[in-house]
This record gives sequence, structure tokens and C-alpha cells, in this order.
Amino acid sequence: MANRINREQVQHVAGLAKLEFTDAELDAFTPQLDDIIGMFETLSEVDTDGVEVTSNVSDQLNVMREDVADNWGQSAALLKNAPDAARGFIKVPAIIDESEDN
Amino acid sequence: MNFETTIGLEVHIELKTHSKIFSPSPVAYGADPNANTNVIDWGYPGVLPTTNKAVVADGIIAALALHATVEKHTHFDRKNYFYPDNPKAYQITQSDKPIGHDGWVEIDVDGVKKKIGIAEMHVEEDAGKNTHERDYSYVDLNRQGTPLIEIVSKPDIASPAEAYAYLEALRQRIQFTGISDVKMEEGSMRVDVNISVRPVGQEKFGTKTELKNLNSFNYVQRGLEYEEQRQQQVLMSGGAVQQETRRFDEKTGETILMRVKAGADDYRYFPEPDLPALNISDDWIKELGDAMPEMPTKRRERYVNDLGLTDYDAMVITQTKEMSDFFDATVALKADAKMAANYLQGDVNAYLNEKQVDLQATKLTPANLAGMINLISDGTISSKMAKKVFKAITDGEEPKAYVEAHGLVQLSDPAKLQPIIDDVLSANPQSIEDFNNGKKRAVGFLVGQIMKQTHGQANPQVVNKLLMAALQQ
Repeated sequence: MANRINREQVQHVAGLAKLEFTDAELDAFTPQLDDIIGMFETLSEVDTDGVEVTSNVSDQLNVMREDVADNWGQSAALLKNAPDAARGFIKVPAIIDESEDN
Repeated sequence: MNFETTIGLEVHIELKTHSKIFSPSPVAYGADPNANTNVIDWGYPGVLPTTNKAVVADGIIAALALHATVEKHTHFDRKNYFYPDNPKAYQITQSDKPIGHDGWVEIDVDGVKKKIGIAEMHVEEDAGKNTHERDYSYVDLNRQGTPLIEIVSKPDIASPAEAYAYLEALRQRIQFTGISDVKMEEGSMRVDVNISVRPVGQEKFGTKTELKNLNSFNYVQRGLEYEEQRQQQVLMSGGAVQQETRRFDEKTGETILMRVKAGADDYRYFPEPDLPALNISDDWIKELGDAMPEMPTKRRERYVNDLGLTDYDAMVITQTKEMSDFFDATVALKADAKMAANYLQGDVNAYLNEKQVDLQATKLTPANLAGMINLISDGTISSKMAKKVFKAITDGEEPKAYVEAHGLVQLSDPAKLQPIIDDVLSANPQSIEDFNNGKKRAVGFLVGQIMKQTHGQANPQVVNKLLMAALQQ
């Protein structure tokens, strides 16, 4: 194994994705992810000198809409699809970490 | 040991657009929970966001107002995190090509002017809002997708007072552009702060702490003052400041540990694949720049240099664009500038505070304020009478018509006042004797008698002049 990624990093990435792996799974996924990274590394063999950084593969540019409000009236249907709802809110298990992030 | 302080501020400003940044759902307050949401706001599979042109325009306007460089080749990025107020599990924001960078605002702390650098500003979507109850939390996604601009300062702020001045300068400039209400009490301006201290001469920045729950500029300053002291004491007692998030307690003015930060946040940013990049043309930048209103610093210069206001008066008048525009319009109608400034700071502000309304929501007009001031200037009414007239113009009445209808005309004609003064003097010989014995208070009594005779309509300046002339004969 080429050690492009280690067991701790796999566990860390799994944590970011809210996934929990057993020891056996970590043993299995670590070399697999290592191989996947290895496959992507073949990209760096391409000579990209003088090629501008690509941020988007779409050839479209400046697609914007005018600032006009339009309520599609979907809230009742959307709430019906939520696992649980109360008084128009989506009801979720109590959130302990109160850090609002934006 | 002497310390220097470094403060960083991240300010989120909510934009006043009609629709959200990536969906046409309305941006409006007071709606029922989730009423202003659609499949895009909920992050349903298969939906595609579309950029609201007004948000990009507002980003350019903010960049111009803060002397920043507009990034002409800009795009959105995806910031990944899980939280129930964020249904897509990512926020669309800007990371490596923010819409504006390298700006500054000028602050003034006790007469010392300083430029505070702005590292960058970017446009992004807001998240929903959670309400926490005992066993459950309740999510309202109406705010999800509301457009924001985040403005990140450079580490130039060296004291809590400078932080306050920076926020005030930022608030004013943004308020004048009209892109946001920038009101902290309504959540349209939110402030995150971090602060570190280091011994003078140390090159490396100290470990910084982050402060939360700062709901006014005042609390920002007080929270930072407390934290500055706390960190200095930790260092002086040989300890080390921990990288942590602390909460400001409004009651005690102290900061309390919320949680220790372990390592950097891992947001795994990457360019947003659902939104094409933006190329911003020089023409668009010019068009937006040309339409920008005059900024508060320029207006203050004009008020002090051309209209003779004091720095303080100019500062108060430029708190909001509405107030400053009102002042300009009043002065354009030939009202005395100093008097207009005094009325706006005094009676008008008191009235707005009493009614808890913004100037534009009242019946006051520049024409009526100017009309009233001009009636005072030409001696038609006294400033005492103006109290009544002021009340009338807050009800939308025309001052000249009101004055005529209520007989509030000041008596300034010496030929008419002289006989009244003579009568009062001959009826009060004791007061004349008191005056001659050096009792200045006698004058006040005599003026009072004359005002009484004229039912308060005598011009006090003219009365004073005539009375003194009579007494000193």
C-alpha cells in the first residue's frame, strides 16, 4: 500500500460524513480509498502548464434571473414529506450544539 | 508586560432583495413557518439553483462602497457541513474568488483617524432558523436562501473602541447604499468577533478566542474589553490562552467558555457545479457605481466645510441615509442649516424615539420642516411657538397655514410693543428700583409681564432690546 491515506484520515472523513465504521470496515476501506486516490493521481501526469484553472465544466457564463419573488406554494406538500412536523415547523430531535453556522 | 491586541470581525449583512439568492421564493418577514419555501430551498434532489442578479449587483455595490476591488471572474463554492437548518448539507457561498477584496473603511476614535482594511467580502445564502425546546428542535426554512454579504476585516483593529468604530463606519456605508437595513436588533446585521493579545514586539499573533452572543455594537465593545483583560491576565500569570469559543453574558459583562475548538473546521470547499461562473463587465460596475448615493464621509465633509455644522452635528445627521437626505432637502429649501441640524437631532429624533418609527414612516416632510424653520428665521414665530408648530407638522400640517389658522404670529413691531412695555414699567416701579439696585432678576419678571400682556406673542429678542433701552435711560 502506498500510504496515500491512513486509517485515522479515513475515520476523520467518515466522521465528517456522519458515518461510523467498524474496525473491520476501516481495514477494508483504507486500502480501497488509497487505490482510488492513486487512480486520481494519474491526472497529475497531464501537463497543465499554461492551462487556466477550471472552476466549472459548464460552458455557460452569467446565467442569472431577475429579482422577482414567486411563491410556489409548496410548503404544505414539503412538510408532508418531512419525517415529522408541528405547527408548520419541521420537527427534529433536540439539537445540542447551538452553533449556528454560516 | 505590555500587550497589543488584534481583533478580527466577520460581519454578515442581510440583503433587501425581493427573492432569495438561488430560488424565487419571497424574502419577507413575519410569514408562517416554512411558508416562503420551495423545493429548491429544501434542497430536493434534481433541483437547480439560479443566481439572483440583484444579489450580484448588491455584492458589487458593497465592494464599491467599501473601496474594494471587484473580482471580475467570480464563482460560487460549496461549503459542506451537517446541521438541521441546512437541508442540502452544504451552503453555497464564495471561497477562492469572492466578489470583492482588499477594501477599507476609515474610522475615527477620539479624533484619531485610521484606515481599517477589509480582506474580502462574499455573497452567500443564509441558513434556516432553529427553535430549541426540551426534547425537540423546530426548523423554519423561511430564512434558508436569504441573501447575505459577509465582510471580513484584516487584522488591523487594535482595540475594542476601534472595533466599535469599524462596525459603525461599515453600518453607515452599507446603509447609505440601500442594499440592507443593517439593523442588529432585527438580525439584518450580525457580528462574529475574534480577539488575541500578544506581548509588544512578538511577531506571531497570540491564540485567538471567538465571542458569541454579541447583539449590539455596545456589547461587541464590552465583550472585547472583558476578553482583552482576561487574556492579558492569563498570559501574565504564566498561562496560555486556549483556542475556544466564549459567550458574552449581557448581565455580568463577562465572557463564559462555550466550547474548546479542536483544530480547523473541515468544510471541504469546492467550486459549486450547479451554478455557472460569473464574468462581471466594467460597464456593469460603472453603471452601479454611477448610481451610488453620496457616501456619509463625503456628506460630513460637505456639512462641516460648506454648511458650517460641527463635526458632531454632521456625525449625527449622517447616521442614516434617510436623515441625511431629509437634511439636504430641508437645506435646499433655504432653511438655516444649523437650525435644521438642531431640529433633526432634537425634536425630530425625540419624536422618532417616542413613536419608535423610522423617519420615512412619519408624516414629516423636508418642505414642512423648512417652512417652519423659515418662519422662525424671519421672526414670524418664536421658537416657543415653534413647539406647537412642530407638533402640527408631525401630523402632516403645512406650517404657514397652521400658524395663520391659530393666530400664532409673533409680535415684533417695536411701535406696537413699546406702549405695552411702557404700561408694564409704570405698573411695576418696584422692579425698576430693583434693577437699578443691581438685581438682574427683575428683568425676567418684567419680560414675563410683557409676555403675559401679549398672550405669549411678543418677540422675546425685540422685547429684551426695547426693555433694556427703557431701563437704562
